Formats: sequence, structure tokens, C-alpha cells
Amino acid sequence: MADPSPLLPVSNSLEPSYNPVPEGTVSAGCPATRLRRSKKVLIAVFSGLLVVSLILATINNNSGAQHGDENASLAASRETAKPETLLPAGSRGVSAGVSEKANLKGAGVKDYPWNNSMLSWQRTAFHFQPEDNWMNDPNGPLYYKGWYHFFYQYNPNAAVWGDIVWGHAVSKDLIHWLHLPLAMVADEWYDKNGVWTGSATILPDGKIVMLYTGSTNESVQVQNLAYPADHNDPLLLRWVKYSGNPVLVPPPGIGAKDFRDPTTAWKTSEGKWRIIIGSKINKTGIALVYDTEDFINYTLSSGILHAVPKTGMWECVDFYPVSKTGQNGLDTSVNGPQVKHVVKTSLDDDRHDYYAIGTYDDKAAKWYPDNPEIDVGIGIRYDYGIFYASKTFYDQSKGRRVLWGWIGESDSEVADVKKGWASLQGIPRTVVLDTKTGSNLLQWPVEEVESLRLKSNDFNNMEVKAGSVVPLELDGATQTSFAEFELDKKAIERAAESNVEFSCSNNGGASHRGALGPFGLLVLADDNLSEYTPVYFFVAKGNNGSLKTFFCTDQSRSSVANDVRKEIYGSYVPVLKGEKLLVRILVDHSIIESFAQGGRTCITSRVYPTRAIYGAARLFLFNNATEAGVTSSLKIWNMNSAFIRPYSNEQQ
Amino acid sequence: MKNSLSLSLIFLSRPLFTATLLLIIHCIIVQSDANDLIAQTCKNTPYYNLCVSSLRSVPRSSRADVQGLALVMVDIVRSKASTTLKFINQELKRSPKLRRPLRFCASSYDAILTADIPEAIEALQKGDPKFAENGTNDAAVEASSCEDSFQGKSPLTKLNKAVHDTSVVASAITRLLL
Repeated sequence: MADPSPLLPVSNSLEPSYNPVPEGTVSAGCPATRLRRSKKVLIAVFSGLLVVSLILATINNNSGAQHGDENASLAASRETAKPETLLPAGSRGVSAGVSEKANLKGAGVKDYPWNNSMLSWQRTAFHFQPEDNWMNDPNGPLYYKGWYHFFYQYNPNAAVWGDIVWGHAVSKDLIHWLHLPLAMVADEWYDKNGVWTGSATILPDGKIVMLYTGSTNESVQVQNLAYPADHNDPLLLRWVKYSGNPVLVPPPGIGAKDFRDPTTAWKTSEGKWRIIIGSKINKTGIALVYDTEDFINYTLSSGILHAVPKTGMWECVDFYPVSKTGQNGLDTSVNGPQVKHVVKTSLDDDRHDYYAIGTYDDKAAKWYPDNPEIDVGIGIRYDYGIFYASKTFYDQSKGRRVLWGWIGESDSEVADVKKGWASLQGIPRTVVLDTKTGSNLLQWPVEEVESLRLKSNDFNNMEVKAGSVVPLELDGATQTSFAEFELDKKAIERAAESNVEFSCSNNGGASHRGALGPFGLLVLADDNLSEYTPVYFFVAKGNNGSLKTFFCTDQSRSSVANDVRKEIYGSYVPVLKGEKLLVRILVDHSIIESFAQGGRTCITSRVYPTRAIYGAARLFLFNNATEAGVTSSLKIWNMNSAFIRPYSNEQQ
Repeated sequence: MKNSLSLSLIFLSRPLFTATLLLIIHCIIVQSDANDLIAQTCKNTPYYNLCVSSLRSVPRSSRADVQGLALVMVDIVRSKASTTLKFINQELKRSPKLRRPLRFCASSYDAILTADIPEAIEALQKGDPKFAENGTNDAAVEASSCEDSFQGKSPLTKLNKAVHDTSVVASAITRLLL
């Protein structure tokens, strides 16, 4: 039953200043290109009267042949040829970080055609995914009347991106999800070309407001308002789009395709609602600020919240407070001296999510990073593997801030089409400030995932000598492991110092041996170790004897298939004095999520073994260091399925 | 007599000369303006010459912006993939010994045509170019995978290379739109 009362006070309907953009006006080229083009039009018209087609053809060929020599005169500037820095065909290389399907021409490795057994194994047991087809960004997560709601970018027609609409699911505990009908489809001119990402705001009276990006019938990005048709329906099945949409169109100076993903709103000290929307000016990523009282009329702030040069388009920006002292999450509107603010962005250019911690100036509508060297987009990532378009929400029922992240595939699209689906969501994580370091966040799987634990296995003080592999007597593709490692202290003292800068991706993976690493676990391994995925630490001893620890996941041997990505992910992880090395790993078929030092550094990877599947998947401890022995204690649980399925009326 | 003939030739040829000169200038300027964007765009791809010749072979390239050039290139990939798939289906009848890799290639190229290309076109038209990058990158991988599946005895090398290289170029052009 539709909600008879208007959601918000009726106000003057917005008269959009937006006129449908004439085709050809919007161009990704810089202004000089457009100038040249209009000059060309004039000259072409003037001299066009003299054209004789035969002569034209002859001169075309001539100028074509000479073109290579005339580069200097035609080009605006001579750039260093970018092609030379590119890696072997098809691969943009790990350093560019582009989301791609790099092909490894495995010498002599036979092509591995996927069979149904291998493909169907890849579906997860307890990670959110629709029954089939493609999913990407999380949208509008919220908690309402006893249910967690999750919406997501969904293609109902294929296992690749396209025809995007909003999928919908509910859960009582963020783990056991029930699929509901689509929440919104592309049925208006202002979202005809895509019902894209958006966020929910819960008003003080409990009502919900959803702001989302629509790609109009002319592919202009605009912001639209939607709200539940019936606030008494705890399942929030039907949604109404505001009749006066769009409520925001690209402002002057902002490209029509550079204006998307509005955030959850928060209250300013003046009592208005404020949102930010990511964009870019040339190659500088920015966050635009809008204030509103009714979610219909907005005032664009004269300044921007923040900008970082050379980061490119800021997608899916997020903004939220974190407590400096407590372990609870905070409502998005909280502000004050006991609070820091996080700005997060997804970078279109490298498909990674970055955050920075800083100070929010509410009056000036500005935010400043604590450490500009690790500013938004150039510093810390939520996750060093596959994790994009992430979004947090404040869970008012448990007082925590929860993070969702889109986990794409890293196999080929042929395989996705064959298996009929693509993409997962990561396990929702709580986010708090790391009060011990003060300079990073801690992310941790929500505690409800522990309800899936079945029997556990304990391993205490296992000694793993340098250069050895220790099998752990258990199996399964669905497990969560807590492991702690201690390096042999004498080996640490003895180890030579090195001034070579280590990085997970550039150091040959787990097979590259150092004095004090790598060591960790071999996940989804088969008995012969023809396939395995190491999740490990590497300890490097720097010039003044100081230790620096790195946390990595190496996919280079994860599968014998040659059409899956095989990068090595990871990063530095802060380890404080007296701390043991701790790792938590969730393995759920084709997804591995690992958390080091309580969630200081996180890595999500997708792996597609062909042999280490079903009952043949094993777990090993390994130590590939040359000098140091390692002692490890572990607790490992097999995990139950979350039985994610469509909602039916018989169940609660 | 000769003089007056040559004189009259010169007299007659002047307007023709002027017209030809203007024509040459027109073509160089028109071509160079179109070339400019094509040249600049192609400089950001790993196969400059292939990029330029491919784009120039399609008339609407001369009027296109970067997004338009990306769409032209994606269409070229589509056309080459389609040709390759036809050839694969013919080869399946001619070379029974190569049945296994040919079947694998057929499904790879089918995916290029039914998934990668439509995804790239939709992403470019609707304004989320990163998915066009995904689609074109994947097309390059599929072409390489197909070639690898023959382990050296491929009847498709030229065709696979054409699809692979044009996909890589298309992907590089979409990167400019991010």
C-alpha cells in the first residue's frame, strides 16, 4: 500500500536547468582539440567547393604515406611513446594496477578448458551473490525494522556488465541473505541508460531517502531521489522515484559523464543535510559538496571538500566519522573533538579503493588529511587485492560502521559466460580507527560470520623450519583460519641488513627466498602442490636493523589454467613492538580474504584452481625463508553454508 | 607558335593551378585536423600504425571525438572477431585433428562477440568506460588463449593477432576516457 503522505515537505518543484545535451558537444578531448575542429570546419567549407574526388584520393594517399614523417609538424607535442613502457601484449602490468584479464603465456602449459565441475565449484557458500548473472557496486546498504537491506548493481540479462538495474536482498544478520525482486529498473528517461550507484540516508523520524545516479537517455549523469513506497513494509519491496527527478544535474565546469555516486547525507552544524559527489577536473580527482534541506533543492558549495591531483575520476566517494578512542561505529552525522573523519574514493584509473584519515571543517565544508603524503588516492587502500566501489553504512542496531566491497572476477569472461555469473561481495567488515597506530583503519569480518563455524582444529606450536612445508590434516574449500607466527629471534639478529626496497608484487612471489621470509599458509593447495595460493608474511631488515613486515597473497601458482590472473598482491603491514604476526584467512571456494594484524592490511583475491577443488583442496604451513625458522599456532574451522536463496513467505 | 601555345597553356592552367593548390591545402588541413585527434589518440596505444590505419579506414573517424574513436575501434574488433569465428567454423570441417583447440576457440570467439563487444559498446555509449576497458582487455586475452591452445600449430595466427592487437588498441583508447 503506497504511503499516502508525502515523504518530505512539499516544496517548489525543481526546474532543472538541464537541457538534453546535444550530441557531440561533450567530448573527452581537451579544449585545444575542439578549437582545431571548428577551424577545420571553416576551412573545409571554404575550400570544399574546389574538391575533385579523384585528386582528393590521390592526395590522401600521399599525405598518408608522409604522415609518419610529418608527426613533428602535425602533433601538438612530442610525447615519449607510452607504448614502450607497456608490458607484453594484453597486460598492463601489476604496477598500473588496471583491472584486466592479463594473459600469462605459460610456456608449455596446456590450455585448460573449463568443465562444469571446476566451474560450479567456484560459487561461494557464504558470500553474497545473486543466483546468476553480473553484479557490481553495493548500493544503499541500510538497517531498517529488523532487516539489513542490501541493494546492488545488477545485470539481469548477462554475466557481464550492462542493462544495469538495482538488485535487492535482505538479511537478519548480514550473512544469511534472502533475494527479493528488483528494487529499481531503468524505466525513466533520467535513468534509461543505467540505474547506477547510490546511498541511503535515514532521517531522524526513521524514514528513508535514497539518492542515486541515473544515466539519462542521452548518457548524462544526474542524481535522482527515490523512497520506499510503503514505510510500513519491513522488506521495502517497492520504491518510488520522485516525480521531479533529476534533483541534481552536472554543474558548470563538470563533465556530463563525471558526476556520479552520491553519498549518505549527514547533518551540518547549521542543521542542513550535506552530501558529497565525486568528480574530476582534468586529471584531478575532487569531491563536490551539496547542502539540502529537503533532498530536492540543493546548494552547491562554492569550494570542494577536497582534491588530489593526478588521481583521476573519484567514483563511489564515502565520508564518515570514526571515534578516536572507542571501538564503536558512529552515525554519519557525528562530529566533535573525539572524532576523525575518513574520506574514501574508488579510483577509476586503477580500480582500487583508497582512504585517508583527517579533519573535517564543517563550516568551511572542507576536509584536510592528517598526512598529505598518504592523501586520498595516493596512500592507504582498504584492500590490496580485488575490492572496489566499496561503501559503508552505520548499523544503528549494533552501533557499528559496516563496509561492503565489490569483488569482481579475475578469470576470463568466457568462463563467466559459461558458468553463468560474475562477481561477489566481500564479507561485510566493521571499520574502526586503529587506536594503536592512529594512522590507519582496522577492518574485520562482522562477528555474525562466526555463526557459520562447524568443527574446529587446533594446531599448537608447529615448528616450520626454513625451507619447509608442513601439511595440516584437514581439508575443505570453506574455512576460516586464525594463525599466529613467531620468527626465530636469533635468526632475526643474524640476518643481514638490506637496503633493497621490498614490495609484494615485484619480488617474485612466495618462491623468492629471503632470510626472514616468506612464510605463511598455502591455501587451496593440492597434494602435489601443482596448485596453491600462498598467503604470507615477508620480513625485511632495513639499514638500521629495523624490521619491516609485508603481507602478500601470491596467485602465480593458484591454478594451472592459463586464462586467469596471476598477480601477487599485498602491502606493508605495521607491526608494533611485542606483537606476534597474526593473520585471519577466510576461504570460500574461489574467494580468499586475508586480514593481517587484526585488519591493518587486508587482501582479497579470487582464485580458480582446477585440481585443488572439492575434497582435493588442502592446507599447508610453509616457510620459504633461507635462515629463520618459524613457530606457528593455528585454529581452523570448517564453515557452513549461508544458504543464500530467494525469499519465500514460509520462512521468517 | 610554340611560344603562344605554351603561353596559352600557362594562361589556361593558372586557375587550374590555383584550384589544385587550394585543394591540396584543403586536404592537408582537413586531414591534419582529423589526423591530429587520431594521431594524438593513437600515440597512447601500443600499436600506433595499426591504430591510425584502422581508424582512418572508417570514414566517420574523421568526425569523431575520442569516445567515437573508441567505438570505431571496438567495431573493428567485432568485425575481425566475426571473420575469425567464420574461419574457425570452416576449419572445424577441414581439420578434424585440431578439433579440440578449434572448439575452444569457437567458444572464446563466441564470448567475444556475445559478451565482450556488447559490454564495451554499452559502456562507451552509456558513459562508464571502465567496463569497455574490461571488455576489450578480455577480447585480447581470449584471442591469445585461443592461439596458445594450438601449442604452435595454429591455423589462426594471423587472425588471432589481428583480433588481439586491435583489442589492445581499443582498450588503450578507452583508457583515455577514464
